[in-house]
Amino acid sequence: MAEPLSPKEASRREFLAGTARTACAAGFFGTALALWVRQSQALPATALRPPGALAERDFLGACARCGLCVRDCPYDTLKLAEPGSGPTVGTPYFEARQVPCEMCSDIPCVAACPTGALDHGLQDIAKAKMGVAVLVGHETCLNFLGLRCDVCYRACPLIGKAITLEVLHNQRTGRHAVFIPTVHSDACTGCGKCEKACVLEEAAIKVLPPKLALGVLGAHYKLGWEEKRKHGGPLIEGIIDLPDRGYDAPDRNSQGGFKEFKP
Amino acid sequence: MKPATSLRLPGSAAVARHGFWQANRWLILRRLSQLLFLALFLTGPLFGLWIAKGSLTSSLTLNVLPLTDPFFALQALLAHHALEGKAVIGALIVLAVYALIGGRMYCSWVCPVNLVTDASAWLRARLDLPEGVALNRSTRLWILGAVLVVSALTGTAAWEFVNPIAILHRGLVFGALYGAGLAWIVVAALFLFDLAVSSRGWCGRLCPVGAFYGLIGNKSLLRVRAVAREKCDDCLDCYKVCPEAHVISPALKGEGRGLGPVVLSGDCTNCARCIDVCPERVFDFGPRWKNHATHDVLTGNRPDKTSQAAA
Repeated sequence: MAEPLSPKEASRREFLAGTARTACAAGFFGTALALWVRQSQALPATALRPPGALAERDFLGACARCGLCVRDCPYDTLKLAEPGSGPTVGTPYFEARQVPCEMCSDIPCVAACPTGALDHGLQDIAKAKMGVAVLVGHETCLNFLGLRCDVCYRACPLIGKAITLEVLHNQRTGRHAVFIPTVHSDACTGCGKCEKACVLEEAAIKVLPPKLALGVLGAHYKLGWEEKRKHGGPLIEGIIDLPDRGYDAPDRNSQGGFKEFKP
Repeated sequence: MKPATSLRLPGSAAVARHGFWQANRWLILRRLSQLLFLALFLTGPLFGLWIAKGSLTSSLTLNVLPLTDPFFALQALLAHHALEGKAVIGALIVLAVYALIGGRMYCSWVCPVNLVTDASAWLRARLDLPEGVALNRSTRLWILGAVLVVSALTGTAAWEFVNPIAILHRGLVFGALYGAGLAWIVVAALFLFDLAVSSRGWCGRLCPVGAFYGLIGNKSLLRVRAVAREKCDDCLDCYKVCPEAHVISPALKGEGRGLGPVVLSGDCTNCARCIDVCPERVFDFGPRWKNHATHDVLTGNRPDKTSQAAA
């Protein structure tokens, strides 16, 4: 049978057992917290960060969730995420379809940020990258249907730069043009004015996080014409550029139609 | 019917002897302080009069004074984010103030969660509920460590994903009192945890913010002192109201062990409820020095050299 423990040994064992228990509990807590932290980093695609926000993971290490940017936003665009609302609790975001960013030239939200989670290096709001607008609703966009809605184009604070209207042939009627709103990602700030302005019940143009909105070429991929432009001429010397064979239109008859055409 | 003794609540003897105000003075001041700190943030959203802007984690008062929670600053630092000027200055100011007056004064005089857990403790005393699970006192230090490790590993300010203080404060301040939404669920959870699971469990045993501020204020100057400890008649009222009852004994009963009358533990929240409820008026606030085992501060007797050496 075991010897009864001395009082000192008993209290030592009690201390060690208690410490081990607490350490295990803390380990369990830490693991749960780490999982929760990882899981709640998924930002919904409709939630846009304020201008100048660091990349999402850095942002979550820097943002104090203090709401000073929200307080200084003059248009009540920004709001703090409530528990369960999507973005990490307490962090600032906005939803373009509800209230878009008005692109204040003095960027008060960035100026208010005490921690640098919104990069104070952003001086020109036109250089902000809150997201990129994408015309996702090709089947419903009124301009795609051949009408001249143009509302997104006109609502864009960088009109003619971030969104242009590209004229294409209207395949449906065969005799009209369509004016396709076309986003240029290098100029688009992701302010969301276009998404807010879209007249459809569900916006055909949506601001998405750049990661979702943009394709990225492989690093090895070279565009021949760009390489030629950068080089200032053909990259391989001595290539003979043969003349292209021309298209000879068939002769017309007296009514203006083609002679060989027999319906 | 319950026996009359169980209905005798701590503090009732002090009220009988010294009147309501003297027996509740610090509690009332503390509640006013907690409400004042909320009000400073609320005058802006409610009346357009901006005094303190932001939240308890980081704020700007009167557009000049930046204040930042140093615990958040530490998490951000471990997450490899160097905070910028305003936040660093704000964190240093908060650090300096609490290092001086006692870190856990944040817990008892500022933190809105204290209103919730004190309400829970109040109800527990009146319902005469059992103490519940006795958690190890070091638990919150372990949780503090876990939070810092997770911050470093995930590169994020980990506690801010769950911090109920911030969730409640933001809910109150940014919901402007009515739209607090799910913040009330957090409040209910903390209230019920303290009531039904572990007495004083959240603030006293689990909250890493309290643990952090306790460490900051470990050597703070402003202290509760059992200056008239020879008058103690062992009524235990101070122990019953103290949220960190273990801090009292060394100061109140430590004379035989050569300990001075100053409550030296960083766990003490300087809530001063013990000063209120003591019918013998044993406790007061004072500086941490003159902590001699036989030095009677009240009567002003200077200790002789031998007793000083013994202390």
